[in-house]
Amino acid sequence: MAAHRCSCWSWLLILFSLSVFVVADIHETTPVNDHHGGVDHNAQTAEQTADQPAVEERRWEATEVKEAATVDAAADIQGTSAPETVVPSSVPQPKDDFQEELVIRPLHSGDIYASFQFRTLWDTDFMRENKVSHYRLFPKSLGQVISKFSVRELHISFTQGYWRTMQWGQPFIPSPPGAELWVWFQDSVTDVDATWKELTNVLSGIFCASLNFIDSTNTVQPSASFKPLGLGNVTDHSFLRYATLPREIVCTENLTPWKKLLPCGSKVNVPPFTCAFFFLKKRGTSMPSVSVLSFLLTMFSEQAGLAVLLKSEKLFHSSFHSQAVHIRSVCQDWQCKTTSWELRQTLNSVFDLHNSGQTKREWSLFKMFSRTLTEACPLASSSKLYIDITDNPQGEQFELSPATSLLSQAVVLGDRRTFSVYDLTQETTFGTVRSLNLLIRWKSNEGEMLRPLLHAERYVAGYGLQTGEIHTLMYNNHPYRSFPVLLLDSVPWYLRLYIHTLSVTSKGKDNKPSYIHYEPSKDRVKPHLLEMLIQLPPNSVTEVTVQFERALLKWTEYPPDPNHGFYVGSSVISSLVPSTVAMHTNSTRERPLFSSFFPCKEESSYFVRIYTEPLLVNLPTPDFSMPYNVICLTCTVVAVGYGSLYNLLTRSFQIEEPNPGLAKRIANVIRRMRGVPPL
Amino acid sequence: MGLLSDPNRRRALISMLTRLNAPICVVCYFAGVAWFMGLAFEPFTLRTYMSENAMGSTMVEERFPAGERALATGREFAAHKKKVGGMPVDWLVKNMQDRGLEVFTQSFSRTLPFPDENKERYIVKGTNVYGILRAPRAPRTEALVLSAPCSPGDNNNQAVGLLLGLAQYFRNQIYWAKDIIFLVNEHDLIGMQAWLEGYHHTNTTGMSWSPLQGRGGSIQAALSLELSSDVITSLDLVLEGLNGQLPNLDLANLFYAFCQKIGVLCTIQGKLQRNDWDSVSGYNHAVQTMMLMVMKQASGRPWGDHGLFLRYHIEAATIKGVNSFRQYKTDATTIGRLLEGMYRKLNNLLERLHQSYFFYLMPSLSHFVSIGYYMPAFGLLAVILLLRALDLWVQLNTPPSTTQDGVADIDQQSSPGVLSVLTPLVISHLTGVALYALPIRFQETAVEHFPVSETEAVVLTAIAIYTAGLALPHNTHRLLSGEGTEQGWRVLKLVAVLYLAVLLGCTALINFSLGFILALTLVPLAAFVTPHVPKVLSAFILVILSPACTLLFSVFFFQELQDMPVSFQDGWLLYLSVISQGILDHSLYGSLVYPLIALLVYPCWLLFWNILFWK
Repeated sequence: MAAHRCSCWSWLLILFSLSVFVVADIHETTPVNDHHGGVDHNAQTAEQTADQPAVEERRWEATEVKEAATVDAAADIQGTSAPETVVPSSVPQPKDDFQEELVIRPLHSGDIYASFQFRTLWDTDFMRENKVSHYRLFPKSLGQVISKFSVRELHISFTQGYWRTMQWGQPFIPSPPGAELWVWFQDSVTDVDATWKELTNVLSGIFCASLNFIDSTNTVQPSASFKPLGLGNVTDHSFLRYATLPREIVCTENLTPWKKLLPCGSKVNVPPFTCAFFFLKKRGTSMPSVSVLSFLLTMFSEQAGLAVLLKSEKLFHSSFHSQAVHIRSVCQDWQCKTTSWELRQTLNSVFDLHNSGQTKREWSLFKMFSRTLTEACPLASSSKLYIDITDNPQGEQFELSPATSLLSQAVVLGDRRTFSVYDLTQETTFGTVRSLNLLIRWKSNEGEMLRPLLHAERYVAGYGLQTGEIHTLMYNNHPYRSFPVLLLDSVPWYLRLYIHTLSVTSKGKDNKPSYIHYEPSKDRVKPHLLEMLIQLPPNSVTEVTVQFERALLKWTEYPPDPNHGFYVGSSVISSLVPSTVAMHTNSTRERPLFSSFFPCKEESSYFVRIYTEPLLVNLPTPDFSMPYNVICLTCTVVAVGYGSLYNLLTRSFQIEEPNPGLAKRIANVIRRMRGVPPL
Repeated sequence: MGLLSDPNRRRALISMLTRLNAPICVVCYFAGVAWFMGLAFEPFTLRTYMSENAMGSTMVEERFPAGERALATGREFAAHKKKVGGMPVDWLVKNMQDRGLEVFTQSFSRTLPFPDENKERYIVKGTNVYGILRAPRAPRTEALVLSAPCSPGDNNNQAVGLLLGLAQYFRNQIYWAKDIIFLVNEHDLIGMQAWLEGYHHTNTTGMSWSPLQGRGGSIQAALSLELSSDVITSLDLVLEGLNGQLPNLDLANLFYAFCQKIGVLCTIQGKLQRNDWDSVSGYNHAVQTMMLMVMKQASGRPWGDHGLFLRYHIEAATIKGVNSFRQYKTDATTIGRLLEGMYRKLNNLLERLHQSYFFYLMPSLSHFVSIGYYMPAFGLLAVILLLRALDLWVQLNTPPSTTQDGVADIDQQSSPGVLSVLTPLVISHLTGVALYALPIRFQETAVEHFPVSETEAVVLTAIAIYTAGLALPHNTHRLLSGEGTEQGWRVLKLVAVLYLAVLLGCTALINFSLGFILALTLVPLAAFVTPHVPKVLSAFILVILSPACTLLFSVFFFQELQDMPVSFQDGWLLYLSVISQGILDHSLYGSLVYPLIALLVYPCWLLFWNILFWK
């Protein structure tokens, strides 16, 4: 009994100390949030007067026009892939900061694209300080990985399905089918390969994925295709490792650990909390403030914010699913005196109109995720929902309900897009029913999608099991601009590339790449790496072909399902594509004349990375159905047949004298005794 | 092997083999034929069983509801086809797009080497339309194909309708793990050839096609659908493909399993299965079914649109709806459910179909004869050639006259021997080359000089060269080497017999049926031909057993098997058209039977003709 009471007291003590801690924390953050909102409002009014007289009743949200351009332009488009709220530098930043947002883009096919981004910023230095032990919003497991393996930058993605560029346009964050991992290490790392090996094994545990299959046979060091996206101007690609596992299948078991990294994403058992709460009440201890309670509630009982929508039963009932984690260091302020770490978790999925079994072209949050939104994540400094309404400025294509008056504009992937914004931190967003179930109802299904300027496909040509040819087709759909692309091909060693047959042709003419980086493979050790810089002429198809021979593996090297075929990972095509905004400069009516003569710099071209489909190649496969019989039979045939045939061929035959008679033999014995030669 | 290393025993064995050579050969021949005929006897065959685990135990439900609507679509298709006077490309594209597929077209054109009189076409231009159902979350690595030919006239409209109906139904399902390609091909096999070549970016036959825009990765299996009436009584499965290739037996098993499950009558070679295997008529029925398969396989031509897939290691079959006057009718919904079930099971495949047999014969849909069972029949025939060769070899080594003169004779003959063997070999092969190359080359000249059409010109030229070859080679070696000697023909026959053995052996490995039929006729003549047999009778037998006559008999036999006997006149016309089809198959699809016969089998037969007239 005494022991029981003792344990109760210790529970109480722990809980109380925790609540005090949290109160302190909340007090620290609330004013900032208030201030933040105020700034937003100011910015809005400022913008309102300056811009867009056409839609007067609509408010314009302040958008970032790349103030961190000095850094981000060097990085790449991922910085601009989603609009961000301005955080004025004069405001003292919280030590860590969490933002969440969901972008929904209705697609012309009637499908719908939903893209989640969760960003955690933390002003700490994993490298300098001895040990970072106190974690708040930043997941501890990843923090430890960063410090232990001296990671400068880490990008990991798990994707199921293939992004259909021709129907869906460009994704905000591209990723190849299967798993992709690329890591830049700090230059303090001495043995990069060993660290990489260890890191993949650790990540494999964290994400419940087969990343431990990454070894030297599928790891490459691209020389140009993958530059660091964060701070640091590193050019020594010996600190870079890149690997893909095209066969990796993504499922709930990968989603759960990914969700656990979110501050509002994990679900802890409720009973301990309710029990403790009950005790608190009974003992008459001074009640913690309501904010703390709500905080505890959200922390311990349920998910909150956008993470509520991440339910596997619906997410995996889609045509495309991709989840990713990007870690990099970014500037803390515009002077970039100190850096902070950014963790960006993204999740993209495309929901299919036909598969959902509905007759009308109509989508709602509930239909997509089987949940509605009721609140923002209490830990998030901003929590927003964006709907892409660029193709629907007057509401003639589809109808949004509830309607919002808040608008935002951003240049995404070279195209100026307009978004309706729902701010989840505002009570009014949820209306009287206290829940937001956004409804998109199509009115007409006309209108053509802008053809993507760059897309690519790849296939294996030929038949038979001896040789083949890999064809990579790259389409430049720009009517008058040519632009260079960087093609990265990593081919496993068991396809022996005949690199002398490499040919690049566009419009029937030979197209000489201006840069070729080729590392030949080494059997069972490392893959081929081919990187090329190719200029794509306007309005053309460029075809890269290379022949290969299929290797005959050793019989223990075949996987358990050899007849399924062997995967070759996607090619990666990275390019700066001339922007469509620049393309339409002449026809833009909304912009004043003085602003539209020279295309603006940040709009003139944009970074795109696209991935081709992976290939499934059949290698010559022995019949494994009865190995034992085959081995026995072969050995017997070889031993008996060959042995005796060899015997017959090499032996010389002589006719033996017939057996001498008994008398002759006796005579011979006598003769031998006499020393006379026998008869 | 001790048997052979002991000279005494070796001598005894060899003398026994040479002494008893003729009886052993006769026994082997009849044993081979008997073995082959026994294959159709049910107790000697195996029941089919599903080897692929991924398709075996997993249950699927068939729920396809929209058969009537599919037929309505088919009628609409027929109306548009009539209006356009060919493939209604725009209508198809729009329809497939409405069903949520990614739609692409491919145009192709091909000029035939000479007009095809059976199908009345010479310059072929067409368009294939295909729509890809993208598997929800698969990265375009694997695909399945469902195709329906757009045939002229009123044929196959229902097949296209059902294809579109299935596309609509399949599109709404989430469970697809492989892309499904719905292909409507124009000009049946030519369109299919163009599509497959485009898909794999190869060009084996000199056809011109526009490159494909969309692909679905490596194709795992394909079914071709032929359906010409709203209700059918039975479904027929066609397996024989190009060059006698067959799809994996599991595909046939899958079809059979679903026919059983859904309750559709199914046939193979148009023959229903019978249960009375122990009666004579039941056995006859099984033999007929198997012989039909053997004849079709031996012809080396694709017997349905599926036949061309096999070259690319894609398991494929054609399903034909048959409407005869039986009571039991099946509607389109049921066929749709059958196909749905098959595709769902194929969708479950983890690996390509590889577990079951690739070499088999089917006396009925539920029984099969595997390669291990039918090869001995061929082996018994082939061993005759080896025995004859051994006999000849021994005769050559032990000359009948052991006198000093005889030995000197051999020494004399050994030097011209090479020439006397080489000359007929070269000449007969040149005749073969002429037979292969000239008919098409000289069709225009022939048309100018004789009142015949191009097709007739080609066929008649081929027959003329074939017959002219009979007069050529047996007279020529004398010009070079003077009088033929006793040893000379033996050496030539030894070479010819071994040549035939290798040739038939290789053919039988690739296409058992063709090898067996050729062995059936060529082996006896190879065994008995010498210059000393009665000339006229032997010449007659030789001509009767020559490849061309074998083909003629096969035509009549095939018609007989199909219960459609023809008169001699019709048979002859059919024979001519078969020859022209064979030549066309070679140039259009790369069938190897015509070059095999012209370049190898016919010259080999000429060598025996040569031996008969050895002077």
